[in-house]
Amino acid sequence: MPISPFAFVAQLLQLAVALAAAPLLVGWVNQWRAWLQNKTAPSVLQPYYVLHKLLLKEAVVAENASPLFRVVPYVVFACMALACAIVPALSTDLPLAPAADAIALVGVFALARVFISLAAMDVGTAFGTMGARREMLIGFLAEPALLMSLFCASLISNSTSLTAIVNKVAHSHFQLYPSLAFAGVAFTIVSLAENARVPVDNPATHLELTMVHEALILEYSGRHLALIEWAASLKLFAYSCIGLALFFPYGVADAHAPLAMLVALPALAGKLAIGGLLLALIETVSAKMRIFRVPEFLATAFVLAVIGLLVHGLLEA
Amino acid sequence: MIALLTQAINLFAALLLILAFAMITQRRVLNLVHLFTAQGLALAAATLDVGYLTAQPHLYASAAATFLLKVVLLPALLHRLINRLQVRWDVEPLLNAPLTMLLGIVLVVFAFNLATPIAALASSVARSTLGIALASVLLSFLMMITRARAVAQVIAFLSMENSLLFAATAATNGMPMLVELGIALDVLMGFVILGVFLFQIREQFDSLDTRHLERLREE
Repeated sequence: MPISPFAFVAQLLQLAVALAAAPLLVGWVNQWRAWLQNKTAPSVLQPYYVLHKLLLKEAVVAENASPLFRVVPYVVFACMALACAIVPALSTDLPLAPAADAIALVGVFALARVFISLAAMDVGTAFGTMGARREMLIGFLAEPALLMSLFCASLISNSTSLTAIVNKVAHSHFQLYPSLAFAGVAFTIVSLAENARVPVDNPATHLELTMVHEALILEYSGRHLALIEWAASLKLFAYSCIGLALFFPYGVADAHAPLAMLVALPALAGKLAIGGLLLALIETVSAKMRIFRVPEFLATAFVLAVIGLLVHGLLEA
Repeated sequence: MIALLTQAINLFAALLLILAFAMITQRRVLNLVHLFTAQGLALAAATLDVGYLTAQPHLYASAAATFLLKVVLLPALLHRLINRLQVRWDVEPLLNAPLTMLLGIVLVVFAFNLATPIAALASSVARSTLGIALASVLLSFLMMITRARAVAQVIAFLSMENSLLFAATAATNGMPMLVELGIALDVLMGFVILGVFLFQIREQFDSLDTRHLERLREE
């Protein structure tokens, strides 16, 4: 099937929006987090200033670093950009979307995780290795829960393709799905863990004993660090968009009405703004948990997602 | 609209089950009370919904009674109780949480399978949620078994009563008013007696750990 020009524009627009708006989302969350904690908030544009500063700085690489260490920031960035391009956030008519369904999308995230963990161990510092171990621990517990909550949505639309899921829920008769309530809670827990947010990891700390994400990227500087930070914000953006696609896909344009994209863009901005506010709220009211509590936290997500599947069988089949 | 309200019953049932699971894994006493309040709210909403769908005005009264008792009165009493026992900010020990949750899944599967043939015989609007109600009852049982402290066991007992009431509503479109009032009074009396009991346990052992009750001592 030839790609329609509208689909091409939609794909480019979505990628551009993701690349441009992802740091803004992080800035928005940080700003609200500071306000909710009675602190003076940084500007919402702060992540852009940081990226700009880092891009201008010289990249220092450890003497014993292998070529892998230099390649990883680009790999991670490419993975996250691809993820943002696949998730139907603005339109379901995306030429890239058939390239990867929900399962392959989880694989893309896993690929980025493996590479960044390898790079952290590459230089051979104690913190990097520790961070890599923790990242793999969290990752291998979060992945099954993520897959299960994606399957909950897949069972409703009988397809693992994200565009099919959005089409089914957004563009057919409105219906309440109890199984999605379970999947939603599970997905929220997984997103908090995967994006290194507060109950699992604190993105704002460099305290040796607690950091996970920061420990991984400790050896990076300059443009490498900028790319990795940008990739982290893209990851948050991608997860937010997956959450919206699964649980609140209203307002997304489809192939029959390409001009609905004009509505889809402000709708996405509004949904992300509310989502970011809720994230800041969760981060404010919960305390960071010990690393050994994380398996329990993620097991809860897995259990809830599995029960979502069972409830689908009981109530919606 | 009617279709949406029928689906809303399923959603409230799902909420009840999520809250039952949240209670099993919750360590903080104060949060347990909050979760119990939310469960009462979901139950009242579900009862109201069933009452509207089946046009039974006495279910409105039942929903109002549930709201008053489970969302206002019992949580207020619980707050008073944990204040006076000084366990408001206590963090409970939890034995092997992942294993408890896996047991929870087994219970849910069991309850769903058990309820399917029963639900096929029933003719009520909410019959498909019978499995969820049964699962919540079993989960509350599990919580009563796995918790060591008395306050959590009391909350588990109250939550079990919530699930039982929901099971009755799901299976039969609501019990006669007299039965419901009787149950409500029973629960209130049970709560008062358990409250007295808690003070006695603490007086005797200087803690609310019910494991102290397992050993027999001669004095």
